[in-house]
Amino acid sequence: MTDAPNVVVRLPAILTDLFPGSQRRVEMQAGSVDEMMDRLDALWPGMRDRLCDTRPALRKHINVFIDGERARLDTKLAPGDEVFVLTAISGG
Amino acid sequence: MTEKVLVLVGTKKGAFILESDGARRDWKLSGPFCQTWPINHFVAHAETGTLYAGGGDAWFGPAVWKSTDLGRTWTHSSNGLAYEEGAEPIASVWSLAARNGSLYAGVQPAGLFRSDDGETWSHLDGLQKHPTRPHWQPGGAGLILHSLVIDPDDEQKIWIGISSAGVFATEDGGKTWEPRNRGTRADFMPEGQNYPEFGQCVHNLVMAPGGDDRLYQQNHCGMYRSDDGGRKWESIENGLPSSFGFPAASHPTDPDTLFLLPLNGDTAGRYVPDAKAAVWRTRDAGASWTDLREGLPQENAYFGVLRQAMATDRMKTAGVYFGTGGGELYASNDEGETWQAIESHLPAILSVETLTIHD
Repeated sequence: MTDAPNVVVRLPAILTDLFPGSQRRVEMQAGSVDEMMDRLDALWPGMRDRLCDTRPALRKHINVFIDGERARLDTKLAPGDEVFVLTAISGG
Repeated sequence: MTEKVLVLVGTKKGAFILESDGARRDWKLSGPFCQTWPINHFVAHAETGTLYAGGGDAWFGPAVWKSTDLGRTWTHSSNGLAYEEGAEPIASVWSLAARNGSLYAGVQPAGLFRSDDGETWSHLDGLQKHPTRPHWQPGGAGLILHSLVIDPDDEQKIWIGISSAGVFATEDGGKTWEPRNRGTRADFMPEGQNYPEFGQCVHNLVMAPGGDDRLYQQNHCGMYRSDDGGRKWESIENGLPSSFGFPAASHPTDPDTLFLLPLNGDTAGRYVPDAKAAVWRTRDAGASWTDLREGLPQENAYFGVLRQAMATDRMKTAGVYFGTGGGELYASNDEGETWQAIESHLPAILSVETLTIHD
């Protein structure tokens, strides 16, 4: 992982509320969104399951944005990327 | 000795607990718990008092929530609650059953999982391999494993209900399963094909106390009793106002007593009949029925009650409870003779269970 780019991940409060001690802003090394999910899960066990299903894919109502573009699990990350994890507008 | 009864309510927007003493007249509400996730089933382990709430969130997927301090603090997990990569992922936990040291979870799409601690799960994959599975058709809520009955004496014996695949049973802890639907109708099938081996739309399956393999089921098409673990079923719908409904609740000690809440029919709105609410009780294993209405609304009651939203407690004179799609919770402290609304403005109620505590 030492060669993976440094990125910043921003998490929604409704997610961090589920994991006591977790943080809204996380600095990490990750080469892809998939790796980012694994790093999050290592920090706070179970977090990957909340964001990804077992196809595997991002959950239907979870959005990941990088530089204004929606990303997928296989989207590559570049040094300095700021990754926003957002919950979609849904429900009733 | 002090006695306490907890009514555990799973709703579309979180779990709630109502607590009372043994008299069960005055109730105190706490909640919402579980971060307002939709909770399909909220149960207690009768011996340990540990609470488990299963559901699925539109954002964050399926999980089982756990509390070892009667709801003050909670954790959640779905570790192992998964099908293999590429398969349709689990959307939601639908039913839970705690027995001895095990917790079982039924999920959508239909499957069964087991856990020792309510946190890490193993797939009992016999249902996925069942030869009839390619022919199972989902009901209106999807292909859900919603009813889960564990034999009180032999944990290898499990009965499940899947909409609309029917009732299945295992006697080897979930490795192999056989359909047990003989005698139950599938009115929605073409004429002459109304008694298939599987494919019936079971709505709720419960076991009578006593350990004699007596089961009751409310089906989309009738109410039934089996005295041999589901190998054959007998209609018990004579005397009821409808053959349609969702929940069934067995009595804590009397195998001949059952509570049902018939609705007016699958194409008529699925309300209580004539917009007048009644719980129907048998004391003779379904041979005759009595409608119990005192304290329940008798005009303009256009509500339904879902499959897991009725329960009894374990007090000497059993309490009976049901919750409506409109968020009203009704309670009886005298086996259904009289009723009171103990909450009126909860979210849509998906499940009702109880925990009786004797200190």
